[in-house]
Amino acid sequence: MGLDFTVIPQYLDIILWGSVWTILITLGAAAVSFIGGMFLAVIALYAPLFVRLPFRAFAFLFMGTPLLLQLFLIYFGLVQVGIDVPAIMAGIIGLGLHFAVYNSELFQTGILAVDKGQIEAARTLGLSRMQALRKVVVPQAIRDVIPPIGNNMIALLKDSALVSVIGVSELTLSAQRAIGSTYRPFEFYVLVAVIYYIINIFMEAAQRRVERRVQASR
Amino acid sequence: MDFELMQKVFPFFLEAAWITVLLSVLTTILGLILGAVGASARLSRFALVRFLGAAYVSVFRGTPALIQLFILYFGGPQIGIQLDAFQAGVIGLGINAGAYMTETIRGAIIAIDKGQIEAARTVGLSRFQTMRYVVLPQAMRLMIRPLGVNINAMIKATALVAAISVVELTYTAQRFIGSTYKPFEMFLIAGVLYMIIIYITGQAVSWLDRKARIS
Repeated sequence: MGLDFTVIPQYLDIILWGSVWTILITLGAAAVSFIGGMFLAVIALYAPLFVRLPFRAFAFLFMGTPLLLQLFLIYFGLVQVGIDVPAIMAGIIGLGLHFAVYNSELFQTGILAVDKGQIEAARTLGLSRMQALRKVVVPQAIRDVIPPIGNNMIALLKDSALVSVIGVSELTLSAQRAIGSTYRPFEFYVLVAVIYYIINIFMEAAQRRVERRVQASR
Repeated sequence: MDFELMQKVFPFFLEAAWITVLLSVLTTILGLILGAVGASARLSRFALVRFLGAAYVSVFRGTPALIQLFILYFGGPQIGIQLDAFQAGVIGLGINAGAYMTETIRGAIIAIDKGQIEAARTVGLSRFQTMRYVVLPQAMRLMIRPLGVNINAMIKATALVAAISVVELTYTAQRFIGSTYKPFEMFLIAGVLYMIIIYITGQAVSWLDRKARIS
């Protein structure tokens, strides 16, 4: 069986819709991972021990196991405890939580890198601990960790392909649908790889721009 | 928590864990070889070879490993590559890991002070000898830890071969979740086994790193 790329145009709309979903899932999961990561970082650094410990166990478990396994846990686990979420929500939550743990590590180093004198100064000026954290420390920490978080988000785009395994119709699953009726796996998977590569290039360019702006604001 | 069930399925998970270990070892070996070749290409004197090295890294780091695996396993037969799922898993993941390791190895080599290379060349060593006796021994020490990070990520990436039905840990967990509806229990068993594999690998890397620092 040779290669025949002429089958592609007929299925192009399915593939392009799949790309749109991949981008939306990536954005959604990125938002979850950013907010979740910040939340986890603040807990890891400032919460009392009995709150910190279960979160640390969660982070430990999520860093030491594969994303695909976590997606199975979240998708089937939520159903088991009676929360019947659509696959796409499970996918966004799973991807988001996975990367939240990695982002949290970055935020923690970012927060710790902010000079202690600044917290003291903020407290002296009459800000509460929470205010000092929210208005002085966190904004600076975010600025410092934007480049490595950008790397995580690019990794997230590529890992979003995994949610196809739990049945989310994004780019990878769209390709599988097209392959199901054409039996042309090579052509469609190469096409999909090219699309991921293009999105990847755009994300890298965006990351460079943001980095330059961050550098300038320093 | 259904401990009785966990005990009953545990032997299946243990067997699957060996497949995960085997996959990880073979993929690491292939990744290191390709990483060394890739790094040499990226540092080559010839522009075309440098370009090929850069293209390898860019393409394989810029697309999902899952898709690379699918192209090889499902698309391979169309271009005359017939592999069983395990072989496709090792080769696919190995090529992917190689791209990441290329950057790690290259990073360690270019971190060696240029003055040392110039000095070695001045005292009459050839380019090859400079690499062999001056740069590599030092770069080796620098690359152990970051390569450990690559290997850690790669062990977790072996879960992807579950999608092409290799019976390793994640595939086994998926099967048992499907048949028992006990996702937490199955996740816990597979998760602990993964963490043991990763912990032992991490210890081995630290040991190598310490040994390299003493010498």
